[in-house]
Amino acid sequence: MTNKNFMEVEFSSDSINEGFARGCVAAFCLQLNPSLDEISDIKTVVSEAVTNCVVHAYPKNRGTIKVRCEIEGRKIKIQISDGGVGIKDISAAKQPFFTTRASEERSGMGFTIMESFMDKMEVESNKAGGTVVTLYKELKANAKVAEGE
Amino acid sequence: MHIKSKTYNNTLYVMLCGELDEHSATHTRLTLDETFSGRGFKQVIIDLSELDFMDSTGIGVLIGRYKRMKEKNIPIFIANPSTHAEKIFKMTGLYDIMPKIV
Repeated sequence: MTNKNFMEVEFSSDSINEGFARGCVAAFCLQLNPSLDEISDIKTVVSEAVTNCVVHAYPKNRGTIKVRCEIEGRKIKIQISDGGVGIKDISAAKQPFFTTRASEERSGMGFTIMESFMDKMEVESNKAGGTVVTLYKELKANAKVAEGE
Repeated sequence: MHIKSKTYNNTLYVMLCGELDEHSATHTRLTLDETFSGRGFKQVIIDLSELDFMDSTGIGVLIGRYKRMKEKNIPIFIANPSTHAEKIFKMTGLYDIMPKIV
């Protein structure tokens, strides 16, 4: 029987919750005994997606960020969604070094890192509000047990 | 994020301890700028041996510091990055402007 599980958390779009979000997803994924590299990748992509929500989705007022993580076998699906302002041009936003806030020393590499560290990335945004980023990764078989997480 | 620094032999050594993300970025940026405003050094070495986590926000912070120090002709080098930080540095090309020292 294939191992299936999920978890879901909601929190305020406060930057202090970035560490909570990546730690929460990483802790949930530990049941699959990921390698240290895999767990670092997962923490990074969650941090990137949540940062986008904090900085771009809710630029003026705080809103709600939802993170849902599903596992099936060794496949992980992470969905980060918000009810913020949405992304005007998703294709442009996915380009390396693209940023709408260059004056704030943004690297513009968030989506590039998410896409590179995971197997697949989907971005859906509604101009009326809200963005959903879905990230997929299949962990390697027989990965070493992550230590110290 | 906790930042330690010392100057020795014309080199400013800076150690970033903790996590560098959006939440700690402003504090890191301000502290580094204050540290870099000092005198008595001709190069900067940023030691990442105690950096537990970094995402692309950290890259933005480092590039911003590079631009400021470039105006003073002071190079910045990276020391002791984790495997994960190195992966991000190589992907973003950070080593092109802040070479890694062994």
